Amino acid sequence: MDAPARKSKLIRGATGDWEVIIGMEVHAQVASRAKLFSGASTEFGGEANTHVSLVDAAMPGMLPVINAECVRQAVRTGLGLNAKINPRSVFDRKNYFYPDLPQGYQISQYKSPIVGEGEVIVDMPDGETVRVGIERLHLEQDAGKSLHEQNPTMSLVDLNRAGVALMEIVSKPDLRSAEEAKAFVAKLRNVLRYLGTCDGDMEKGNLRADINVSVRRPGEPLGTRCEIKNVNSIRFIGQAIEHEARRQIEVIEDGGAIEQETRLFDPAKGETRSMRTKEEAHDYRYFPDPDLLPLELSPALVAELKAHLPELPDAKKARFMRDYALTAYDADVLVAERETAEYFETLLGGSGTAQRRDPKLAANWVINELAGRLNREGKDITAAPVSAAQLGTILDLIGDGTISGKIAKDVFEIVWTEGGDPRVIVEQRGLKQVTDVAALEKLVAAIVAQHPDKVADARTNPKAIGWFVGQVMKASGGKANPQAVNDLLKQKIGI
Amino acid sequence: MTDLTSLTLAQARDALRTKEFSAAELTEAHLGAMAKARALNAFVLETPERALQMAKASDARLAKGDAGPLEGLPLGIKDLFCTAGVRTTACSHILDNFVPPYESTVTANLWRDGAVLLGKLNNDEFAMGSSNETSYFGPVISPWRRHGSNAKLVPGGSSGGAAAAVAANLCLGATGTDTGGSIRQPAAFCGVVGLKPTYGRCSRWGIVAFASSLDQAGPFARTVRDCAILLRSMASPDAKDTTCIDLPVPDYEKAIGASVKGMRIGIPKEYRMPGMAAEIEALWQRGAQWLKEAGAEPIDISLPMTKYALPAYYIVAPAEASSNLARYDGVRYGLRVGGRDVVAMYENTRAAGFGKEVRRRIMIGTYVLSAGYYDAYYLRAQKVRTLIKRDFEECFAKGINAILTPATPSAAFALGEKGGADPIEMYLNDVFTVTVNMAGLPGIAVPAGLDAQGLPLGLQLIGRPFEEETLFALGHIIEQAAGQFRPRPWWN
Repeated sequence: MDAPARKSKLIRGATGDWEVIIGMEVHAQVASRAKLFSGASTEFGGEANTHVSLVDAAMPGMLPVINAECVRQAVRTGLGLNAKINPRSVFDRKNYFYPDLPQGYQISQYKSPIVGEGEVIVDMPDGETVRVGIERLHLEQDAGKSLHEQNPTMSLVDLNRAGVALMEIVSKPDLRSAEEAKAFVAKLRNVLRYLGTCDGDMEKGNLRADINVSVRRPGEPLGTRCEIKNVNSIRFIGQAIEHEARRQIEVIEDGGAIEQETRLFDPAKGETRSMRTKEEAHDYRYFPDPDLLPLELSPALVAELKAHLPELPDAKKARFMRDYALTAYDADVLVAERETAEYFETLLGGSGTAQRRDPKLAANWVINELAGRLNREGKDITAAPVSAAQLGTILDLIGDGTISGKIAKDVFEIVWTEGGDPRVIVEQRGLKQVTDVAALEKLVAAIVAQHPDKVADARTNPKAIGWFVGQVMKASGGKANPQAVNDLLKQKIGI
Repeated sequence: MTDLTSLTLAQARDALRTKEFSAAELTEAHLGAMAKARALNAFVLETPERALQMAKASDARLAKGDAGPLEGLPLGIKDLFCTAGVRTTACSHILDNFVPPYESTVTANLWRDGAVLLGKLNNDEFAMGSSNETSYFGPVISPWRRHGSNAKLVPGGSSGGAAAAVAANLCLGATGTDTGGSIRQPAAFCGVVGLKPTYGRCSRWGIVAFASSLDQAGPFARTVRDCAILLRSMASPDAKDTTCIDLPVPDYEKAIGASVKGMRIGIPKEYRMPGMAAEIEALWQRGAQWLKEAGAEPIDISLPMTKYALPAYYIVAPAEASSNLARYDGVRYGLRVGGRDVVAMYENTRAAGFGKEVRRRIMIGTYVLSAGYYDAYYLRAQKVRTLIKRDFEECFAKGINAILTPATPSAAFALGEKGGADPIEMYLNDVFTVTVNMAGLPGIAVPAGLDAQGLPLGLQLIGRPFEEETLFALGHIIEQAAGQFRPRPWWN
């Protein structure tokens, strides 16, 4: 936070440069079947108030019992964020009245969270690496939902979500731009999805962020911050920060002062607006929940969870670069989604370098053909019509010279729309590359005979042979083996 | 045939096994006694049909030789215990017509063992009180009267209905809850035995919460043995209550008659309050003498933090209560008083639904947890609590087996006599009992004599954690020496 301002991140105001300081509180729904303190289902959707236990509805005499799986998920997440796991943490009550908060308090962790300081490394597209400190991670209950539009005279309450486990992950104010904040959330989401501790589905509200924004002149002390509540898409996070930073700069440059307050982002207008000021802030009267004992984690449990952590994006990227000789860019793209990396490695196949398919070729196909096609159709890689096995066969057919790269794209298209075994498709539709030298020689001879001028050309400028290759390929319907054609042409023309 | 309602719980149990009478007859006798004793206002809900049904089912099991430990024994249940399909209100207007669809663990254990539900017993609203005068259903009248006086006396509280019903032979035993003395003080006022077990011995699941870190369910009965029998059924491990201990439940009845030879009994000097009645002091000394005669060794001890217990208790308990009672908001169940918006609905509902004492404690609790006051009050009270616990631990570490104290600083007082102007006057009733809750220890109140006006006085024994058996053994010695005390049934 006290590092010198990075010049490229500064925002130009009317009176000079400004540095924007951003910290985030990300609320991630814990992937678990049951709620944090009750056995009720966490399933999304479902008719209102169908996933509600007596505990969730805060009936008299009901008591919370911690869901051990949620605790394990929080510890896994802490380990994945390279964070300190606290052997003893405490659940507190955060007291306030709201109809969708049946107990009249939210069970959260205030002074003693389950996870302490950690770090997330964010690689920016321009090659810069930003290290974002994690302040803490704690477990807490989600609230229910108030529905104000369904009845003209009453508000309705749906408690399906009440009591669902959330992890609140708090970053240090280490972010300096909307771009960095977006990249941080994307990276965090990616890590959570690798760990399997949160599905990261922002549309369902399973991952949302509160954003603390302040501005200052480079080198000056921190300014007063405003908190933007509950932003639920990465794009909105960027827009909210951009707007809020601009707003604060304008206020200060106009001689005003920033008041500490809570603000809301309006996606329709792309702006933030005041929700409540510091004076209106609740007094939550936190105190340790007497219904729950302090949460104690044995070193053995933590060690066991650590031993079973999956490979995380940073490690996977490094391994892809080291073992497959991929570029940083390719590796980044491939590890950005766990499923993409899995697809890629399935596609590579084999266990040693001997049996393995060519990593560079495989990476190109996944990044360009497959990802491009998925993108166009808005499909997820887990629902890709061309399986890794099918694409693998296509790569094999290219590798052994059965088809050309160009034909391969056609085969890919056929498999995408019609399905089937690429080998059978190539066979049945006569897409095999022509490597029969006698047949090719005839084609080459005919083309050379038709264009004596170009032949002379090619003799002085060997690059011009490309034109001949193109003509032969065209005449073969794309099935000629380009390497064989090339060799024959050189022979024929005599270069 | 003798009056079935005057039997002890153990006597009735044995007689049912030898078929001297049926469970239905036993229950009918109690229902009859209840009907004649409505002037006491001990029950806020009688469940005669269910009682007879349960008794007949008990008779069937007795006939098959399939009887549980409490088979056919009629009990009263404090209205703080949720009983499935039976109205449960905590004696508060805010839960007026609340019928829980679930059964508390403690009462479920009782029914499992064959006990019969006679009805729900009166208590101070949300168990907040020491006289049973804060109940929305009106005060309980003690079955006891002073010599030559018809003045209505309080039964103590908050489990006043339980203590009065057991003393007046309306049930063989009853359940209570004790947060700061709510079992032991009314037991002492009504001349019956009442035990608060170690925190965590009985599950709190399904009991309307007052102060979660202090609340504990326990039995009332006319003898120590009967309390031992009841506790064995009430106590159990419970996965639904994290604070409930996972320890097997001993056969407490075996402790009755066990030798107390060589036991070291602490007599804490701090419980000798200035201005304490001479007859309380005399009773205390008599109690120590009885234990000595039985082979135990009274030893003077010091519990220096005692004087801070009451003020610390009146911070911790209201703090937890202010949060525990937030759920009574009119949104999902219980009373709702509408308003122009949701905040007005909260305000109207809670203003109408909670009585004065409950409102006072919610406000005290809210205040002591507020930003800026938390450290000075709540945090400090918690530190005091740790020190109180340490006081006891040090004594036990020095070989003290149990501690003997008076149960209350006085005998029962008249309705309306205390707390009208100054609530602290009422709070002082708990001065000998709250330390035990603050330390999470077991404590038993045993009748030990009558005062000059003919009202019962009790002694309290405080034990080591989960050593209730020691209390039953020692309590039985006092009971044998002091004899039993029954009120004259003026209400019939």
